[in-house]
Formats: sequence, C-alpha cells, structure tokens
Amino acid sequence: MELKTFVEIGLAALIKSALLAIVLLTAFAYMTLAERKVLAWMQVRVGPNRAGPFGFFQPVADGIKLLFKEELIPSGAERVLFVLAPIITVIPALIIMGVVPFGPPIEVFGYKVPLAIADINVGMLYILSVASIAVYGIVLAGWSSNNKYAMMGGLRSTAQMVSYEIALGLAIVGPILVAGSMSLRDITLSQTTLWNVVRQPVGALIFFLATLAEVNRAPFDMPEAEQELTAGYHTEYSGMKFALFFMAEYIKMVAVSGIGVALFFGGYLGPFLDTVGPWVINGWAVGSWIAGLLGLLYFSLKTAFFLFCMIWIRGTLPRLRYDQLMRLGWKVMLPLALANVVVTAVALALLGARG
Amino acid sequence: MSQVREIETTVDELKHLFSDRAATGETMVLNMGPQHPSTHGVLRLILELDGETVVRCIPDIGYLHTGIEKNMEAKTYLKALVMTDRLDYLNNVGNNLVYCMAIEKLMDVKVPERAQAIRVLMTELQRIASHLVWLGTHAIDMASMSVLLYCFRERERIMDIFEMVSGQRMMTSYIRPGGVWRDLPPGFETVVADFLDYLPAKLDDYERLLTNNPIFKLRTQGIGYISAEEAVRWGLSGPSLRGSGVNYDVRKAMPYSGYEQYEFDVPLETGGDVYSRYRCRMREFRESIKICRQVLAKLPKGPFITGDRKVAPPPRSELGHSMEAVIHHFKLWTEGFSAPRGEVYVATESPRGELGVYLVGDGGPKPVRVHFRTPSFVNLEALSLLGEGYLVADLVAIIGSIDIVLGDVDR
Repeated sequence: MELKTFVEIGLAALIKSALLAIVLLTAFAYMTLAERKVLAWMQVRVGPNRAGPFGFFQPVADGIKLLFKEELIPSGAERVLFVLAPIITVIPALIIMGVVPFGPPIEVFGYKVPLAIADINVGMLYILSVASIAVYGIVLAGWSSNNKYAMMGGLRSTAQMVSYEIALGLAIVGPILVAGSMSLRDITLSQTTLWNVVRQPVGALIFFLATLAEVNRAPFDMPEAEQELTAGYHTEYSGMKFALFFMAEYIKMVAVSGIGVALFFGGYLGPFLDTVGPWVINGWAVGSWIAGLLGLLYFSLKTAFFLFCMIWIRGTLPRLRYDQLMRLGWKVMLPLALANVVVTAVALALLGARG
Repeated sequence: MSQVREIETTVDELKHLFSDRAATGETMVLNMGPQHPSTHGVLRLILELDGETVVRCIPDIGYLHTGIEKNMEAKTYLKALVMTDRLDYLNNVGNNLVYCMAIEKLMDVKVPERAQAIRVLMTELQRIASHLVWLGTHAIDMASMSVLLYCFRERERIMDIFEMVSGQRMMTSYIRPGGVWRDLPPGFETVVADFLDYLPAKLDDYERLLTNNPIFKLRTQGIGYISAEEAVRWGLSGPSLRGSGVNYDVRKAMPYSGYEQYEFDVPLETGGDVYSRYRCRMREFRESIKICRQVLAKLPKGPFITGDRKVAPPPRSELGHSMEAVIHHFKLWTEGFSAPRGEVYVATESPRGELGVYLVGDGGPKPVRVHFRTPSFVNLEALSLLGEGYLVADLVAIIGSIDIVLGDVDR
C-alpha cells in the first residue's frame, strides 16, 4: 500500500476514531449534566452543584458510583442475552457518527485529512442500518430480564422504533434528492447557499420528530415511561450495564442531532470558512486548521442547539400514549413524509436540477 | 398472645379475581405497586392485562394502615385531635375541622364568628395547597414534569402561611374544639392577600401548559369515563363527582362554618372523564381564591375561641391571678373534657370530596368510636370501574384524576 493512502485512510481513521469515541463519551457525560442543569433551571431548581463548581464533576462521580455498584442478574433472566443486550445497544450508538463530517478537511504534513472518519458514498444507508441494530438491544433487554414491565417496555420500543424508522428514512430522502448523493459530505456541501431546512421544511420537521421517537426521548419515551412501566426495558439493570443503556441513549441523542445538523442545517458550514481556508503561512496550511476548528465549532453549536431543544421538550410536554404514538407515526408522519418525497422529486424534475 | 399464622394463598383462592383467560396465559396478571412511581403512595393494583388493555383492575389497600381511628379511642378528645392531621396529609386543617365540628356538635359548643371565618380561610388555603399537589402529581403522571415543581413552589407559600399561623407547616393542629388555637398573627392578612394576588397569574401559566395542550387533551379526554348515575351509585364525591355533572358540594348542600355567607360557584363539568375532573379542580382553585378574598374582606373581630372554659383552655394571662383558671387548665390538660353520651355525624367538603366523621361519646373524656368517611376510600373503589377497558398509561392518568391520598384511604 502506498504510504499516502495508508496515512490518509488507515492511520488518520484510527486516530480520528479514537478521538471521536473519547469526544462522544465526554459528550455523553456532560450531556447528562447539561440535561439536569437545564431542566433544573426550567423548573426553578438548582440542579447538581455538590461535586465541583457548578456540579462539574458530577458525571465523574456518577460514573464511579455506577462502576462500583453490584451488578444484579435476576434469577429467571436469560443470562447471555441479559449481558449482551446493553452491549448491542451501545455499540451502534458509538459508531453511528462515523460518517458525519464535522469540519472541512485539514492539511497535516501535506496530507489532506477529512474531518470525518469515513466519507462513504452510502453514508445515509449506513446510518439507517446502524440505527436499526439498537432496537435489538432494547428488545432483548426487555425480554431477557424476565420482568413484565421490562417486557412491555421492550415490546413498545420494538413497535415504536420500527414504525418511526420508516418516517425517518423517508424524511432523509429529501436531502438526498437535493444533493443527488448519499454521502453526508456531499449533502453538507450542497447546502452552501441555502440550508436544507429551508428547502425541506417538512422533511426537517419529520426528521426531528422521528429522531425523538428513535432515541426514546420525551414526548415519545414510551419504552421507559417511568410513570407507567417503572423504568421500562432497563428495570432490572444495575451498575455498569445500566450505565451502558444510559450511555447509548445520550450518545444517540448527540449522534442524531449531529446527523440532523448535517442533513438540514448546513452541517459544519458557516461564515468565514472560505475566507480563512486558503491561508498559508510559511508553507504551513494554517488556514485549513482554523477553518477546521471553525467548522467544528459551528457543528458543535448547531448540535448543542438541538440537544437543548430535546431537553426543552422534555421539560414541557406530557407524554403521548403508546397507541396515539403509533397512530401519529403511521397515519400522519408516514403519509406526510411520502408526500414530501414525491413533491421534492417532482419539483427537482421540473426544475431540471437532476436528470 | 396471638399467634401469627402464615397466610397461605393458593392460586385457586385468587382465581375468582380474574377472568378465565388469565389461567390459560392469554392475559397477563401484573402487579402494579405498592412500590410504583405513580400510584400516589403505596397503592397496589392487581391488573389483568390483555396486551396493554386493562381487563380487570383490583385496588389492594392496607399498605399505609395507621390504625388512627382505633388509636383515637385511647386518647382524650383533645389529644386525639393531633392524629387527625396525619390522616389525609394534604388536608390537615380540613381533618382538624371536621373532627372539631363533630365534638362541637356532640357537646353543643358555640364557635365565635371570628373563629368560623378563620376556619374557612384556612381550609380554603388548604384546598388550594391540596389541589396544587394534585395538579403537580397529575401532570407528572403524564410526564409533564415541570408543572410538579412549579406547583410545589406555590404550595410552599401556603405552607409558610400555615407556619406563621400555627408554628407548623403541615401538621398544624390549629383548629381546636370551640375555635382555633391562637388568633391570627400580625401581618397575616397582607401575606395572604399577597399570595392570593400572586396565584391567579401562575394558574394561568399552568393552564397554558396543560389545558389546551393537544397531547394533554389526547391523554385525558374520553378517558376514565363515568356517567352521572354511576358516579352517584359508586358514592363518588368532590370534584370526581362534579366532573360527571352532579351538583353536590357539602359547602352548598349543608353549609357549615358560615360558608353560606360567602359567594362562590360550584364548578361543574359534564364530560365525566379525566379532563372534566381536571377542569373542575382547576376552576375550584379560582373559587377558593374568591372565598379567601371575601373572608379577608370581612374578617369579624372578637374572640377566636369559645369562652366555655370546660372545653377551651383559659388564656395564659388569667393563670396568674385566677384560681379557677388554674383548675380549668389542670383539668383540661390532665383528664380532658367529657362529652355527653350520644353519636353525631358531621360532613365537610375536603379537597377530595365529602369528608365525614362519625363520633360516639359515652359521657367520658375519650371517644368510644371515631370513624372517618373519607372521600379517597370511596373514590378509590370506583377505580376498578373507571380503569377497565383503558390502557395502562390511561390508568395512571385515572388514578391522578380521582386524587387519592393513601393516608386518607387506610386509617
């Protein structure tokens, strides 16, 4: 293998994967803190403030606590699946971000390194397929626990995630049609002049609602509806296995927000990227670095905004009932998404943008 | 010594509780509670589910049994008063009131005007506080979590008012046979008036969050329906009854404590579902505020407790120079006062419905029998009817809508 290919694909991907995993895990930890803090502010409370300034070390404390907790396995549980389920849930959450570009390419020692782990041409398919795997974890967790509440939670989530995946899949057809590519980089770059949220407002709305259902967030948090099913599918989990479910939920929140940003809100695009990009000082491509950091910043800010919206919704809205959720998914969102696809396709054909 | 025998229950003994389909495994029997986040305390529900549809719903009570009624028989009338606070822990003042009214009826004690007015004011504040807790818990049962904390913020101010008046936030024991414990403290009226001015805007906020919220409406409209006739037949009372359109409020039907002097409406809704009961209580907030304002406006002057020294203790200032006062004081705090032989039933309108007390005296200083007709207990009975045919998620909303307090159910 040529050295250039090896560096650009192999080594860079390795480093980037490690970095992304670390970033996502940190994001998960601080997402829990952010959620508790934001909710607290909305609810005239203070939120965690004991561990460190502003509760800054609270996630660390929580992590240590969960690590040292006894891990119980109920006597009637299916042991292998019971242990496997949280792992199946957390891995897709971690790898789903792999195809999302979070900045313009940077130049390192003359090599051009894209700020995405893999820019594959079927990026969107990858995201959809990986997202589907997580359902198994939840279903297996619910079933293997030998607990009626967990079982009901598992059943609910199967139905919910399977139904909403269709709407989700159709919602992203819009941006794909507009960009004429399934690669997230192409989709991002197609929004240089206009964000997809303007071109695809219905698609963006459906995408946002479907992701709420996909990651089991309020008002679609049926699978773990505390008030009904105590804790739903993870009722019987404790210690680190519980933490893994928790981790999966929050990382998925971050991931789908990031994907949403890339699809509908211009990804890492923002002002000054093109201005600073070509700057070269003493042969060093400083501009690409600044642009990379700027892109990263824009991307993070946009993602943070969506995460805030998710918390905001949780603090405000009551939960839908399970059958109402299904009705909304099949009778409202699916036809809307289908209509959106048709309208987009026809409009593009008429405009002659794509042959 | 009674021997504790282990109670063995076989499947056959429980069979009659469920449909035949449960035995074949076609339906699932689910035990909900007593440790469940939304059974409002320690209520246990035994559910038979077809999928998520409730086929049978059997409330099982007794997990918070306190033996208060029996305990009260071993105490003097006055000492037993403090136990009433602990019955329905969201309606402490109301419990005091109904018990004191029973004693007063049994002993034929006249209560001064001022005491009557203070009693009305305090019970209406208590009603607001109780409805706030109901609103918060009802909302969080449907995962609208912020409302809970807002409601507790407002309730805190009522608790502060209670503390100002009685020195206690919850277990006030403020209402005493013959009147109230002490006169209102200076500055009380402004504190209450401030609160009454502050609350309506906050109520508007909650209504904005819930009343017209499409998701909230989806979750509550048409859920837990009970017709007017059924509601009467099951003995429902309070907002749970008025939500079905039956106009029955003890404050209007059998006015007590001078409720007839105040102008207020009894909110009626005709839907008979969770949403109607919700609307009823939301409107009751405003009516209670109205009553409180009227009481404040014409708070009569005069004594705050009866001058009958056989029932009410003499003021501390008399103890220094009146031998008679010392004797009364001593008698009251040792033996207590004696009530004549007889039995009375007194009913009041608690936040949850008709709260009655049946009191039997035998001429001695201790009651022979105290029985509380508690609204939570009777309303809870109807849960098996209300919940059948709905989903588990609805059941949680229905429990919230009949506003049970387990301390009120088990006693």
